[in-house]
Amino acid sequence: MEKHLIHITVNGHEYELYINPKTLLIEAIRDYIGLTGSKRGCETVSCGACTVIIEGMAVKGCSVLAMQADGLNVTTVEGLEQNGKLSAIQKAFLDEGAFQCGFCTSGMLMSAKAFLDENPNPTTHEIRDGIEGNICRCTGYNSIVRAMSSVAQGKYREE
Amino acid sequence: MHNKYSVINTPVHNVDGIAKVTGRATYTFDVQLPGMLYGKILRSPHPHAKILNIDATEALKLPGVKAVVSGKDTLGIKQGIWRRYKELCDEQVLPMDKVRYIGEPVAAVAAVTEEIAEQALDLIEVEYEVLDAVYEPFDAIKKGAPEVHEGIERNLNVTRHIEWGDVDEAFDDADYIREDWFKCGGQHHMCMETRACVSSYTPEKRLTVYASTQAPYYTQGLLAGVLGMREGDIRVIAPYVGGGFGGKFELDGAMFCSAVLSMKLFRPVKIVFTREEDLIASKRRTPMFYYVRTGVKKDGTFCARESRVFTNGGAYTGMGATALYLTGFFHSFPYKWRGYRYDGYRVYTNTMPSTSMRGFGAPQAMFCSEQQIDWIAADLGLDPIEVRRKNGHTPGYEVPGQAFIGSCGLDQSLDKIEEWIKSRGKLPANRAIGISAAGFMSGGIFNWFDTPYSFSSAVVTINEDGTVELHVGCQDIGQGSNTTMAIICAETLGVKVEDVKVHSGDTDHCPADLGAWGSRQTLMAGNATKMAAAEAKRQLLEFATAKMGPNIVYDLDIKDRWVHLVSRPEKGLDYTQVVKEALRGKEGQRIMGRGFYTPHRKGMISPAYSYMVQAVEAEIDEETGKIGVVNCVTAHDCGQPINPIGLIGQLEGAASMAVGYGYLEYMPFEDGKMMNPNLVDYKVIRAPEMPECEVIEIDTFEPEGPYGAKEAGEGLTNPTAAALGNAIFHATGLQMKECPILPEAVLNAFKEKREKEQEKKNA
Ligand code: FES
Ligand code: FES
Repeated sequence: MEKHLIHITVNGHEYELYINPKTLLIEAIRDYIGLTGSKRGCETVSCGACTVIIEGMAVKGCSVLAMQADGLNVTTVEGLEQNGKLSAIQKAFLDEGAFQCGFCTSGMLMSAKAFLDENPNPTTHEIRDGIEGNICRCTGYNSIVRAMSSVAQGKYREE
Repeated sequence: MHNKYSVINTPVHNVDGIAKVTGRATYTFDVQLPGMLYGKILRSPHPHAKILNIDATEALKLPGVKAVVSGKDTLGIKQGIWRRYKELCDEQVLPMDKVRYIGEPVAAVAAVTEEIAEQALDLIEVEYEVLDAVYEPFDAIKKGAPEVHEGIERNLNVTRHIEWGDVDEAFDDADYIREDWFKCGGQHHMCMETRACVSSYTPEKRLTVYASTQAPYYTQGLLAGVLGMREGDIRVIAPYVGGGFGGKFELDGAMFCSAVLSMKLFRPVKIVFTREEDLIASKRRTPMFYYVRTGVKKDGTFCARESRVFTNGGAYTGMGATALYLTGFFHSFPYKWRGYRYDGYRVYTNTMPSTSMRGFGAPQAMFCSEQQIDWIAADLGLDPIEVRRKNGHTPGYEVPGQAFIGSCGLDQSLDKIEEWIKSRGKLPANRAIGISAAGFMSGGIFNWFDTPYSFSSAVVTINEDGTVELHVGCQDIGQGSNTTMAIICAETLGVKVEDVKVHSGDTDHCPADLGAWGSRQTLMAGNATKMAAAEAKRQLLEFATAKMGPNIVYDLDIKDRWVHLVSRPEKGLDYTQVVKEALRGKEGQRIMGRGFYTPHRKGMISPAYSYMVQAVEAEIDEETGKIGVVNCVTAHDCGQPINPIGLIGQLEGAASMAVGYGYLEYMPFEDGKMMNPNLVDYKVIRAPEMPECEVIEIDTFEPEGPYGAKEAGEGLTNPTAAALGNAIFHATGLQMKECPILPEAVLNAFKEKREKEQEKKNA
């Protein structure tokens, strides 16, 4: 199959990839670029473990081709921390214990961040609907909802 | 409440937390070794068939394919986690001559990419002779049913009998006897990280295995057994593990096949199950048919209970033998019975094997027991809380011949739940609250694995700057054992959690431990950790005492890195300084403490038991049969809480799984084939359906546990399905005897109820 050259900016770095056109974005990120924070938990676009943010929108990385992200800005979990400083949502996850095994966490954080950027004053109902696409088998979600609420309430606003 | 501890029960961040929220935590799923190949497993399409021939010629011709292996490339050793009992070691992970369930491994391929390995599977020719199959225990137990394992009569795999008291006499004494049949379904662990393993065999004749496992030591021992190697030549590394829930401590196809392929090729081989493979071929919660007969006095005093259980064991034993025992024991929980008799039958069938899953047979036991108790209370016009209070365990009780109860907060739990129910006031129609009591073990006393090691061990080493290396064999699978051990170590030694580095998940570097199952870590690994830290501390205090020279009736202690006289805390020495000088005094030898724990003389089951009462408030839609859980409130006695953030997480996580078991997680099979092996059709709880989960901690102290702690997290899966069933009963009068309680079943039950009422009117 003919390979294609694409340019994707991931967490602020531009990557030039020469890939099979059928490569999924999540495969490009994990296998070509080598950022393994994003996971995979299914083959049916059901679990959200692969969630990344493309141009501000949470997208399941297994639901789009890498080619579709050509020329776009992608943020993965590795892009949340800046120079050793955790972002608000990461701090909130730590404080609330909003993860256990951590396998869903990378995707969950990206869904949470994209949702809160879009909806700065959500109700808990809206928060729950906002992360409906992400399965967490460990936490029962309530700690995640608490973490997201406390970010929305400004608990982690820049010092 | 005043906290007498400096670290215990304070809100500490998970010690692996930053790695997890930054995506830096690497799982077996992420492991990449130089020269690594990818493996794929060919699986049986038949529930029961003889393997006549396997021809891999075409597959091996495909460019990129490096090897194909099947049963005949192995030693053919039958393995099982009940290592002590040969007859229960019944599984060849790559079978030699017969497959027994759909999805069973038949051959495995290693290739340079996963895609090529996948393509090669289609090129392997397997000739089968299809045999008659049997899927349900009541069919399989009949005379003349197809034999899943040759020579095992009536497919009876394991039987269990538990009895105490004079059961028949106690029944004679009863004023009222009720009997019911129940059916409890399977449930999938559905760990977010599917089974995954990377094996690397090298010319030194050593095997390194990265595995998603709950028990690295078991993985090491089981692999050694099937590969004909010495345990010490196998190193099992469990990096971060993406969930376990009781499904990841047996030997699985990813581990075995990757090891066999790697030994053939001297290259690392990685196998990761797809979600579908994981769902059809990685075992499940044991489905059970329960017959329960209970006799009580008019005032609700329990006299006797007699139960019979038939479990669908699937094709192999695995941990199912333990589940059969524990369901029978916990079916008596948490009540005092004058006479109790349980007979359990585990029956082989041609379906995916069933095994342990969070709760270990107890959720099924409670679903039947706790609902029947509410129905009996209703039959006799008694208050269900009062009935439970009258018959519940109390501290110091002995379950005859079985167990000693140390701490027990059941009574207080009932009080708190009663208060909560009152506070809810009158509820809308079709909504009600149901309760269930439950308890669970803090680690099992069983040693069917036949380990010569103590059940848990720990080593504490203090560096010259006072930082601490804690090596433990217990495994963190997300439940937070690394954090719990860090807390216990820091508390004991008098340092801060950030001074302690926890090393776990590596059999080369960590002492043996039976791993994360049966809620054993807090109590068992916790005791070992406490002992190791106390020993290291003793060595420091020995030196400090000599240096400070107090009257020998005075005690020294360390708290917050301050070595001091207990009676005059201001008099003391800096901890780091003491460490430095103590080292010199010991000719530079490290300060090191070792700890271990094995239960002795603690009955048959466990050294300690948690208790809880849960209230589930649910809503039932009469039109659609749909169930919504609004609240799930638990009064919970886990002894002294160690890690409060982790504790709430365990409670909420257990509730999500148990609510799922109650009304959502359904595994239908047709002719041995799972009909919904994907996450679209196999439904788990998602955020919008998750109820609020308030927890009321009941203050007790467990003498057998470290700092008074005991089990928290697994037992919390036990009461929920039962409490949900009771909520439905109180809202609608329906008695739901099958779980999960599906909308169709609710609708049918409504229909039946209306018909009965109509009949009554007509009559
Ligand atoms: S991997 Fe499950 S949604 Fe993408
Ligand atoms: S933390 Fe384990 S799946 Fe979410």
